[in-house]
Formats: sequence, C-alpha cells, structure tokens
Amino acid sequence: MIRFANVYKAYPNGALALKDVTFHVSKGEFVFLTGHSGAGKSTIMKLLFAEQKPSAGEVRVSGYNVTALKPDEVPRLRRRLGIVFQDFRLLEDRSAAENIAFALEVTGARTDTIAARVMRVLTQVGLSAKSRAYPKELSGGEQQRVAIARALVNDPAILLADEPTGNLDERATRGVFQLLRDINAGGTVVVMATHDLDLVRQTSYRIIEMRDGSVVFDSEVDEAAAEAQ
Amino acid sequence: MKLLTREALLSFRRTPLLSALSITTIAFSLFTVGLFGLVAINLRQALRGLEERVEIVAYVLRGTPAEAIAVATQDIVAFPEVQDVSYISEEEALQRARTELIEFRDAYRDLQVNPLPASVEVRLKDGYRDAATVERVAQRLKGFGFIDDVRYGREWIQKLDYLRNLTGLVGLVIGLAFAAVAVVIIGVTIRLTILQRAREISIMRLVGATNWFIRGPFLLEGALKGLLGGLLSLVLCYAGYILFRDKSGGTLSGLVFFRPEHMVVIIIFGVLLGLGGSLVSVGRHLRHV
Repeated sequence: MIRFANVYKAYPNGALALKDVTFHVSKGEFVFLTGHSGAGKSTIMKLLFAEQKPSAGEVRVSGYNVTALKPDEVPRLRRRLGIVFQDFRLLEDRSAAENIAFALEVTGARTDTIAARVMRVLTQVGLSAKSRAYPKELSGGEQQRVAIARALVNDPAILLADEPTGNLDERATRGVFQLLRDINAGGTVVVMATHDLDLVRQTSYRIIEMRDGSVVFDSEVDEAAAEAQ
Repeated sequence: MKLLTREALLSFRRTPLLSALSITTIAFSLFTVGLFGLVAINLRQALRGLEERVEIVAYVLRGTPAEAIAVATQDIVAFPEVQDVSYISEEEALQRARTELIEFRDAYRDLQVNPLPASVEVRLKDGYRDAATVERVAQRLKGFGFIDDVRYGREWIQKLDYLRNLTGLVGLVIGLAFAAVAVVIIGVTIRLTILQRAREISIMRLVGATNWFIRGPFLLEGALKGLLGGLLSLVLCYAGYILFRDKSGGTLSGLVFFRPEHMVVIIIFGVLLGLGGSLVSVGRHLRHV
C-alpha cells in the first residue's frame, strides 16, 4: 500500500528533512511513526498525501507514484486517503454533519447519497446524537471524532493521522486511539504519527522511529533481524 | 453545479461590502466608458449628416466641348471612391445662383454675360469621406486638361477627421484605464475572499477536491459581479442620458441611446472584466493557501 524507497527530501536552504528513508507498509497494517519534533514525521506525512514531492527516491501510495504525480492526479490520490490532524481542521460555521457532508460535496458525490453516508460515519465514531452540533459546542475528543468521520466518509484505503491525540486529554486520547484501532480492524491501513510513547507501548503495532530525518528503528525489520540471530 | 452556484452566492452574503464595492467599481468603470460611447455614438450620428455633404467641385474651363465633359464624367464615375457625379452647366449654375443667393438676385438678373463657370460635382461613397481620400480624388480630377480649379472644404474635412479620431482614441484610453482599475479591484476582493476562506480551501484540497472545483465558485463570483456591474452601468448610463436629454430643453431631443447589441457588448465586457479579475487573482493567490 505504501512504499518509500531511498527517499530524500531537501529544504530550499539545502538542509535535509529526510535522509535515505526506506520502508513498506502492507495491507491491513497499523503503523506508528514516532520521533521528536523535527525528526521528519510530518515530512513523511506530507509526502504520503502528495503535499510535497521527494527530492530523490520513490514514494508510492495506493498505486500512485507520488514522485511523478501530475497536479491533476493529486485530488484522485487524496480521495483514496483519509487525513486527520492534531488541530482537527473543522469549519466552525458548519455543524458536525455539514463538515462531513462538505467532504462528499466537494468531491462530487451524488446528493441523494450524502445524508445516509454522513449518518453512517457519525454512528461509526459514536456521535450520531450530535450531528447538528457546531465544533465549538463539542469537546476536543468529539471534534477529533468528527474529523475522523470526515476522513472515513470516502471509504479510504489508508488513514493518515498526524498527531491525532496531540491536543486531547488522556481519556479522549484513549477513545480516539480505540476508534483508530477499530478502523484498522475493519481493514483500513492506519499510519499514525505521534510522540506519545505511552500510547505506542500499549500495543504491539509496528513502530517506525525517526531521528534527524532518518529511520533509526523499524520494529518489523529490527525484530525480524533479532529473531534471526 | 448547484454547489458551485451556492458557494459563489454565499460569498456575496459573507462579504456584502466587498461585493458591493466590486460591483460598483465595475459599474462606474463601464458607466464612464458607456458615457463616452454615448457621446461617440451621438457624435458619429451628427457627423454622418455632415459627411454626406462632403463634395468636391471641379470647375470646367470655359469653352470645353460638352462631349469631352461627358466622356470624363464616365471616367470619374468609375473611380472606386465615387458615389455619383453631376454636371452643372454654366446656365444651370446661374439659375442656381439666382434662386439660392437671394441677396444677389438683382445683380444676377441684370447680367449680360454669365460669369459662372460650368462645374462637375463629385460625391464620395460612405467610408471614403475622409481628408486623405478627398485630397487624392481632387488631385486626380486636376489631371483632366479641361479642369480649371478644384474646390473642397479641405479644412473642415480635416477637422471632421480629427474629431472622429480623437473621440475614438480618448474613448479607448479611458476605457482601458478604467478596465485596468476594475480588474485590480476585483482581484483584490477575490484575494480577500480567498484569504478569508483559506481554511475551507485547504480542507477542500485535503479531501481531494479538484483545482477547477475550488476555482469554480471564485470565477463564477467574478463573472456574476461583472454581470451585475454591467447591468448597473447601463441603468446609470440611461439615467444620465435621460437627464441630459431633458435638461437640454429640446435642443438635444435627437440624442440616441445604445442599441440592444451595444448593451449586450457592455454586459459581456462587464462579465469578462469580472472573470478576468478573478482568474488572475485566483491563479496568483490560490497557490499560497
């Protein structure tokens, strides 16, 4: 589903954000992307949804070659992804249901299917009772659930979550994390960038740790190597 | 399409002042151009009457045989610029002088010898009544051996030309200047709308809306503003026209307003201005959102 092969990303000033990054993510995986701020997690995320292009190397996401992606192909790639951010990115002047419907409307979904699809994902994230609430009437955890519902409404193959629990208290964090696990259990690939190591240690999901733009630890590769010894 | 229209209209509601400013700017730009257009149309209307009177008179040497003149007249009629030629004999000239110049009627009546020469009067076709053509035809007439002198209202033909060119040029310059102002103002309002909606646009991008889908509402918004501005400018022009005509106390009652095709052109021009302004602004600013 995701393939990074010897990927480099240089800033305009020449400094390297990513150095020779290589990893693969297969169908159905849940992957933690960890590391300190500035380690390169967000750059990897941006390459995954084609916000940026690699300076060198190959990035493939859900069948698309990001390295050689034409501008008009970017929307097509993004329709196969669900993207969630730390700051939720909801529209304040629209209700929860309208925020989700917006994602369908702007991608040209059939109008008569929108209401049902919105309700389905709101139920999935446990907010069917708050569909008419505006973001400021919702808690942080609830707002992030709405954002996740919006990410899910196009049935993405891959869900990208960049620090999704960064702004949440512990209880909300647990709830959102459980939701992501449920989504993954349904077959969707989840890539979650986080520096919440407590969260990472709770599970046995794959961990890719970044430092100064390089992969310093990949549980799949390193544990396989350890077992082989 | 429904969403596109809704988003474009929503922007009018969100930024009523800015939208009103854009529409008024377009309206005033087109109003100024329109007023100039009206002046030009009415001037041309007035000039058409004058132009029809542009005529070249070639005086014939005394004693020229009538056959020679008849042959020459055939030649002159064949000039591509010439509409018609009439020969005025010495007697006809005297007759005309007697009836037209009433003050000298007595003087002409008592004449023993007719002092007036025969002449050939040449009228030019519509579109050839400018100074250069008149001059050229006059020179060619002088080439005939029996032609003594050629007269035409050289100065006023040149003034007519000058006036005509000046009207066109001033109209064009003012029109372009105002069009530029309108494009800039529309660009600024679209830019403000884009900044105001930056969050929305970035979310549209994230969920995979195409670029044209994102641009669509802005372009439609610009075109709509242009359309409204164009209509408003016509209303203003009409008000100005009525006011001017009625204040003149009848002396300008012959003033004409735009024909339907002129109005369509003004409205199309407004739409293009609106569309152009938003296209430039969207292209430049959407990239940074």
